[in-house]
Amino acid sequence: MNSNENNIHSQVGYLNNIEGIKPFSDRIKEIGFNSLKSNPTITTLQVNVGKVCNLMCKHCHVEAGPHRTESMTKDTMSQCLSILMKNPIPILDITGGAPELNPNLSWFIKEAIKVGCHVIVRTNLTVLRQYEYTNMPEFYADNNVELVSSLPYYSEKDTDRQRGEGVFLNSIAVLSRLNELGYGQRDGSLRLNLVFNPGGAFLPPSQDTIEGDFRRILSKQYGISFNNLYTITNVPVGRFLTFLYDSKNLHRYMERLTSSFNSSTISRVMCRDQISVGWDGQLYDCDFNQMLGLNCTPAHISEFSLESFKEREILLGNHCYACTAGAGSSCGGVTSS
Amino acid sequence: METYYNPNDLSKFASMGEEAPELWELFMSYYSSVFKEGALSAREKALIALAVAHAVQCPYCIDSYTQEALEKGSNKAQMTEAIHVAAAIRGGAALVHGVQMKNIADKLSF
Repeated sequence: MNSNENNIHSQVGYLNNIEGIKPFSDRIKEIGFNSLKSNPTITTLQVNVGKVCNLMCKHCHVEAGPHRTESMTKDTMSQCLSILMKNPIPILDITGGAPELNPNLSWFIKEAIKVGCHVIVRTNLTVLRQYEYTNMPEFYADNNVELVSSLPYYSEKDTDRQRGEGVFLNSIAVLSRLNELGYGQRDGSLRLNLVFNPGGAFLPPSQDTIEGDFRRILSKQYGISFNNLYTITNVPVGRFLTFLYDSKNLHRYMERLTSSFNSSTISRVMCRDQISVGWDGQLYDCDFNQMLGLNCTPAHISEFSLESFKEREILLGNHCYACTAGAGSSCGGVTSS
Repeated sequence: METYYNPNDLSKFASMGEEAPELWELFMSYYSSVFKEGALSAREKALIALAVAHAVQCPYCIDSYTQEALEKGSNKAQMTEAIHVAAAIRGGAALVHGVQMKNIADKLSF
């Protein structure tokens, strides 16, 4: 396997043919699921507005970076807004890449708020230190945008090893600014949640325990506060899959995921409540299926109807084991206590 | 090249229950109870286990408890300090036995 970003088909084939790893669809049959269907109610439209990013994180399933050019157009954003206007989908969850690097992000957020959506932006924080985006924290606060911010560890060395040199201290500077604006206060309306993901081929710790560590250390050392911390399991897709392969950790990691399969997480996996939209308007069950090119039917936002997406059959693969290992994993953290 | 230690043997650990299943069950029940959250956190216990693994120089245990410590949220700095604790105790244990050497040498000498 190589790190070529056009290798999505080989990724799927590779993941589904690892010696000794039972296909995910067979594993869930053992607990009574002949297929996995989405819920009758869709709560979230998760929109990936592009793969352009100022960082090149080692675990990134999107393989985002400064070299990428894919970016959602205003027309496609308008199609997303049309869906949100016509259908009872209360949450718009914006991800990337770095969403801020899409030139139409602010317009998209304002229009989504006009149609009554709760807007979440998944920010890498550091981009907000760049001159062109230093006004974004105020914009987010003025529009009551919920922020979900990656910060894989509470120490500089561990964070920078995963996300790049200087990321930790830049993130701390932005978190301080967000706190000044009222973000991350216990009873405040401006929600600031952090994301922990493991710094390699191992599972995340207890979400409650590591949240306590983050809260204590970030408060004591940097005066930072936040609302919640989500632990997210690294999914063997994209750059992380390449790392697993190159470091000869793939088999061991897949065994770790499969041996930690937790049947109670199946009812709460995030794909059951959401629809994922790619930068080009293609539709998927989740951002991971998006990066693997596993389209829903219909495949494009121009053909969207809510009826087609309620109780749809979700496309499964062995990467799904990441969302069902241990306490489970989703864009909102663990799915099982 | 054949070696006495084979990483794949770790997954065969449960085969030790084949000839003595009752003892194995008792051991595993005790083992899993030891590592549960208690007066010490599960993370503290994983760090202790990692340090002991180095003290007893068990490669299987080092493999297992390196992963376990990472999965309990520890970082390499914390894990390295834990190993220094093991090293200090091992080194101290060697040194303190030097007192025996001195006692015997003194007894044998003019």
